[in-house]
Amino acid sequence: MIEIKNLHKSYKMGSNSLHVLKGIDFSVKEGELVAIMGSSGSGKSTLLNILGMLDEADSGDYHLDKVEIRNLNETKAANYRNKFLGFVFQSFNLINYKTAMENVALPLYYQKVGRKERQRKALKYLEQVGLKEWAGHLPSELSGGQKQRVAIARAMAAEPKVLLADEPTGALDSKTSYEVMDLIQQINDQGNTILVVTHEPDIAHMCKRIVHLRDGVIEKDEKVEQVRASAYV
Amino acid sequence: MFSRDRWKEILEVLTTNWFRTLLTAFGVFWGIFILIILLAAGKGLENGVKLDFGDTATNTIFMWTQTVSKPYKGLPKGRRYNFKVDDVEAIRQNVDHLRFVSPRNQLGGFGGANNVIRGINAGAFNVYGDYPEIIQQEPMDIVQGRFINYADIIDKRKVAVIGEGVKASLYDKEEEVIGTYIKIRGVSFLVIGVYKKKNTDGDSEEAQKEIFTPFTAFSQAFNMGDRVGWMAITAEDKYSISDLKESVFKVVKENHKIHPDDTRAVGHFDLFEDYSRIVRLFAALRLVAYFVGTLVLLSGIIGVSNIMLIVVKERTKEIGIRRALGESPWSIRGQILMESIFLTIISGMAGIAFASLVIYLINYALDSNGPVDMFTNPSVNIGVVSIALTILIVSGLLAGLIPAQNAIKVRPVDAIRTE
Repeated sequence: MIEIKNLHKSYKMGSNSLHVLKGIDFSVKEGELVAIMGSSGSGKSTLLNILGMLDEADSGDYHLDKVEIRNLNETKAANYRNKFLGFVFQSFNLINYKTAMENVALPLYYQKVGRKERQRKALKYLEQVGLKEWAGHLPSELSGGQKQRVAIARAMAAEPKVLLADEPTGALDSKTSYEVMDLIQQINDQGNTILVVTHEPDIAHMCKRIVHLRDGVIEKDEKVEQVRASAYV
Repeated sequence: MFSRDRWKEILEVLTTNWFRTLLTAFGVFWGIFILIILLAAGKGLENGVKLDFGDTATNTIFMWTQTVSKPYKGLPKGRRYNFKVDDVEAIRQNVDHLRFVSPRNQLGGFGGANNVIRGINAGAFNVYGDYPEIIQQEPMDIVQGRFINYADIIDKRKVAVIGEGVKASLYDKEEEVIGTYIKIRGVSFLVIGVYKKKNTDGDSEEAQKEIFTPFTAFSQAFNMGDRVGWMAITAEDKYSISDLKESVFKVVKENHKIHPDDTRAVGHFDLFEDYSRIVRLFAALRLVAYFVGTLVLLSGIIGVSNIMLIVVKERTKEIGIRRALGESPWSIRGQILMESIFLTIISGMAGIAFASLVIYLINYALDSNGPVDMFTNPSVNIGVVSIALTILIVSGLLAGLIPAQNAIKVRPVDAIRTE
């Protein structure tokens, strides 16, 4: 699903440049649930941004579902993001003047799906995350865990190839964290490919594979025994 | 582009901060209001002045004879001459694009002795010998009977069309006028019509005290022979009489053996030149109104642009999220532009509506308090309103351009990071 070869990325900080990713080789197959771990500054968010086409690598190859991702203009990148990727952020990033359902329907709107169909699908995904009754509520009326579940529903609504989650539990207490991870595991069970960036070992161990990043290189790439989050809920 | 969701979003964005939106809208509102009021006031002034010209065909010159000032072909200077009926025909033959060439003769005049008698009543009136076309050069309403026609000219019928002022001084109030006879310098004329001039000029009273008779009958009755006192010449609408008048003079000069360079021999008054001077004045006035109004509007537009910049800044994160979800840059640009255009048009429409209300009130006051000199019916036509609307749309677009560009300049990854 994802093929990365020799990926480099550096940021210019005034006169000196900061080499963040120093040659990453990495691949993800369909249906995997991968955790990317590392301390802050290890380059995990940068890697996720490049995978998410929010940022561009300096050099290296990136294939997503056999499509080469390179030199995209903004319109094309937006189109690919919409078609291939779903995002879940640490700070939820819901649009605060739109209701839960409108938020979930947003990616479908950019796909020019008709209004009725959009609402139907949005409700379907809200139901999957257990928030059908909250469809008409604004994000400000939801708890943190509920917000993240709406965000996951939104990411799933466009039926993306890969779900990218950047510290999805970073702003949540451990109980809600496990609820969210339970949901992510369920989505993965349905065959979706998911990448989770985290620095919490317990969250990482709820995935099937952990990639350790340190100082811009992959330190360790291991398959782990998955801990089911439902055991803690 | 114009989907329901988009409109919903525009309204949501603009209504989140009512007070700010209203203040911004007021700038545009005020600009367009000033523009329309200035134009309407200019139009009112123009209408007032043009009313002084009345319905007179303004593309007209009046031409009369003066003394010859240069010797020519053995004839001395200081010679007097008269227009002849032949001149009229010669002008018609030799000068193109003339609508009317009306020879006129006249009796009486300001402060003259009594020249018209009916029974025991008498009065001093201007009596004209005219062709039927004069009614289009000096428009008047026929309130009773009819005006002179060509049958009267050919048969040299001694008939007369009298003004309302003449009727008032020669007849009793309820008396029937048509079919009675009046004596002009001892010659009886049959009254066939009564006219009323619409002109509200200072000399309007004098204008109602005229008598029109057929040119031929007039010449015969008062021994004019083939002499013509003066002429009223009107050009076709597409041509300016000011351009054609020199060729008219040339024909006359040739007929009367006058030196071609003699500028004094033919006297004339060019109504069109007068009229065009005023038309030019008002064109300039209109230009000033547009200039001032547009500048005021511009400051409103800058206000809109400014607020849109702030709105974009406030929504940086939201825009970042939407781009991460896959909204194309063009869609975001369009959104910002439409918000800006929408705000401009709505406030502009309100300005136009309010200006129209004010104009209506002014007109109402003018109507109920009677006419004011030099100011009549201030108004703007639909053309001006559509120009104003076009200005609004274009300026809304301009106001939104920079903010829209700003909105997509921030990369989504940076926008999302903004906390």
